[in-house]
Amino acid sequence: MSEVELVCIVCPASCTLKARLAGGGLEVEGAGCARGVEYARRELTNPVRHVMTVVKVRCGDLPVVSAITSKPVPKSCVFEVVKATANLEVEAPVELGQVLLENVCGASLVATRRVRRVSGAGCPASPASP
Amino acid sequence: MIERSFDVAVIGGGPAGMAAAAKAAELGLSAVLIESRDLLGGVPLQCIHPGFGLHVFGEDLTGTQFAYRLIERVERSGAEVMLRAHVHSVEVEAHDEKVVNVVAPGGVVRVRCRALIYAAGARERTIFEIGVVGDRPAGIFTAGEAQLLMDLYGVLPGREVVIVGSGDVGLIMARRFALEGARVKAVVEIMPWPGGLMRNVVQCLHDFGIPLLLSHAVVRVAGRGRVERVVVARVGEDLRPLPGTEFEIPCDTVVVAAGLRPNADLLERMGAAIDPATGGPVVNELLETTVPGVFAAGNALVVNDLVDYAVEQGERAAEGAKLFVEGGGLPAADWKPVARGRNVRLAVPHYVSGERGAVVYARVERPERNVLIRVPELGLRRFAVAVRPAEMVRLELPRSAFEGVELERLTLEVVPRE
Repeated sequence: MSEVELVCIVCPASCTLKARLAGGGLEVEGAGCARGVEYARRELTNPVRHVMTVVKVRCGDLPVVSAITSKPVPKSCVFEVVKATANLEVEAPVELGQVLLENVCGASLVATRRVRRVSGAGCPASPASP
Repeated sequence: MIERSFDVAVIGGGPAGMAAAAKAAELGLSAVLIESRDLLGGVPLQCIHPGFGLHVFGEDLTGTQFAYRLIERVERSGAEVMLRAHVHSVEVEAHDEKVVNVVAPGGVVRVRCRALIYAAGARERTIFEIGVVGDRPAGIFTAGEAQLLMDLYGVLPGREVVIVGSGDVGLIMARRFALEGARVKAVVEIMPWPGGLMRNVVQCLHDFGIPLLLSHAVVRVAGRGRVERVVVARVGEDLRPLPGTEFEIPCDTVVVAAGLRPNADLLERMGAAIDPATGGPVVNELLETTVPGVFAAGNALVVNDLVDYAVEQGERAAEGAKLFVEGGGLPAADWKPVARGRNVRLAVPHYVSGERGAVVYARVERPERNVLIRVPELGLRRFAVAVRPAEMVRLELPRSAFEGVELERLTLEVVPRE
């Protein structure tokens, strides 16, 4: 594997790291402390990120609800999560912590905002039973 | 006209204002929280990314989750909340008597209070303030506007984006645009270092291969009807564009992330002294402005990069308000100025008494490694591997540090460690 340049984000020192995986071992240059080496190891072997996005809501007082993955997902999987949510639509009301989508990249997508239901054309006062 | 009376009125229902109103009520004062929008929460309501509340709640929450936690605290505290209530003016009738004129849905309300906590937040700097000339077509947004459109209303403001300035909101929005299928052509930063936190540079730009052009400026916007392109140039050490270095970036959207300025207009009209370095009011350790009984907290006081600091300031202002209300004024003190020493661009508070502990929030002028942050008069020093303008320095001055020390002033300075 070729050399990767990383900026360590563990502390404000922001060390520039040069890291490579060679023969099963990890070589890191430029780390001011051991935490930087550990950061490089994570970033090279199993980088993970939370993904946040918004999901369409029917009959809500807001047109979308914000959401985040229940746990960080592999970095390579980030776009899979947003693609899975691109055509997703949920019906109001939406509660904080409500699961909007299950089992995407090993996580679920949970609501991080409350959306109240508003009734109107095509939107009876309570949601249609599924 | 309706007249209401409270010990404390808090203007602004963001994190600092919510914390101030809740804390004041928890301390046994009658408190009212006045918010112009139809809901409490302030800026974090439109922040769907995590990184909030590590200090306050010991958890990594999204901005929205953080806002709900504070809203629940306000509800539990018994503080009264006025929504869709716009503050028109404040009359200072006596040193411990103010009237806040509020235009609310039910009519004009005169809110009489003894102490006032001003937490009206900050505003974003606009394209008019950063020297960008050229056309003014559709497609120019501040980062906060773009965030509101995307993350509260689900509208993608554009598809080919150039971000001007690398403040945190701009970096966060670069990632949001990239995730939602837009193309971020570049983030253009006039300074030789990024304006936001390094974790945002890494996770919002590096992760998505978005170029960060340091020491570059957008000098001109061009487009008829809609943004078509921007002209970018390298800048010299004087931050002026270098002739001959211009190049164009085609785009349909310009997002301005050029930092925030405290909303201090109302404070100025009350006669509060303003610090040009922060753009906010001059305050003492209880965050009281130069108008007795008028306190300030959050981004209206100083632009914070962590919401936790805004909450801490709100609570501190509430403690000040309690002392003020119960004593008919703050106890007289011999206020010592806090001077800005080497590599300190701003520091808040501006005066301390030494009679109680204080917390100083500061920013450096330029990045530096291997330094001591210190207050020589108190013999306080703290080592830092690195300091950066984007990351606020928070330094506690404990009460004990003042014991037995004769002081004229304090100096906060950042010096190389020998």
